[in-house]
Amino acid sequence: MQFDSFADFFNMGGYAFYVWLSFGITFTAMLIVAVQSYVKHKSLLNTVMVEKARQTRIKKAREEESRKA
Amino acid sequence: MWKWLHPYAKTERAYALCLTLQPWFWVGAVLCLSVGTVWGLAFAPQDYQQGDSFRIIYIHVPSAILSMGTYVAMAIAALVGMVWQWRTAYMSMIAMAPIGAVMTFIALFTGAAWGKPMWGAWWVWDARLTSELILLFLYMGVIALYGAFEDKQQAGKAAGVMALVGVINIPIIHYSVEWWNTLHQGATISKFDNPSIAPEMLWPLLINLLGFALFIGAVTTVRLRNEIVLREMHRPWVQKLASRVLEGSK
Repeated sequence: MQFDSFADFFNMGGYAFYVWLSFGITFTAMLIVAVQSYVKHKSLLNTVMVEKARQTRIKKAREEESRKA
Repeated sequence: MWKWLHPYAKTERAYALCLTLQPWFWVGAVLCLSVGTVWGLAFAPQDYQQGDSFRIIYIHVPSAILSMGTYVAMAIAALVGMVWQWRTAYMSMIAMAPIGAVMTFIALFTGAAWGKPMWGAWWVWDARLTSELILLFLYMGVIALYGAFEDKQQAGKAAGVMALVGVINIPIIHYSVEWWNTLHQGATISKFDNPSIAPEMLWPLLINLLGFALFIGAVTTVRLRNEIVLREMHRPWVQKLASRVLEGSK
């Protein structure tokens, strides 16, 4: 370890604000893009099911239409 | 010669490949990023001029290199889409764009937070910084153009042309520090014959570079799967997959 103590480590030789700001924003941005991708995946799968149900409803309604006619 | 590649143009096969690669990308990314970051922050020696502020290099340089690398990958995907009419190629192009944009943002942000204590300014209109900012706009342009079309095949073509034209910016970014008199310093690690960085500083940097690359790979696999599901919504295999996954999570 290049630092004598943890307080020293967090102080980053007086550059604490800039160093921790950079690392914080970097990993936050990476986390956001990763989580957003997974959340999107879940919602897309839901959309697929909704769309599938809609297609079956349309098909059923058409069949009933043609039976009446 | 390239025939083995052809089945992956099919979305179902590409989806399966993404699923196989994804866990390896994640494990590798988390491993490399934790080792590289802890090593760089706590164990790498101080810079003799910049003190501890130089540790920003461990995220700044990987994100900057890979913001360009992702752009080139995206442009290659666009070219493949245009030449061989692969729909999956356009899908991977648009899957990579947001991650590349995030990498560019990180490079710009960490650069600003490094520039403030070292140069005394968050931002200067220097050739390196300006061309990297243009890269961010190119990414946003590709995403916006793709989103503007209802027909996604047309969208892929239009955004692909933009991605390809934008490649001209990549050598400009790389050589900006040589062609113009910039405040930004010259290349450090790309001159392997005569590196101007000590090995004990270079190793964590290379590990983090690999970690960032694997992270980009991991998120690309997720986003490409999203794109496939979106475009193939009416295909039976996608509907089967959706019901299986949603049932399993209940």
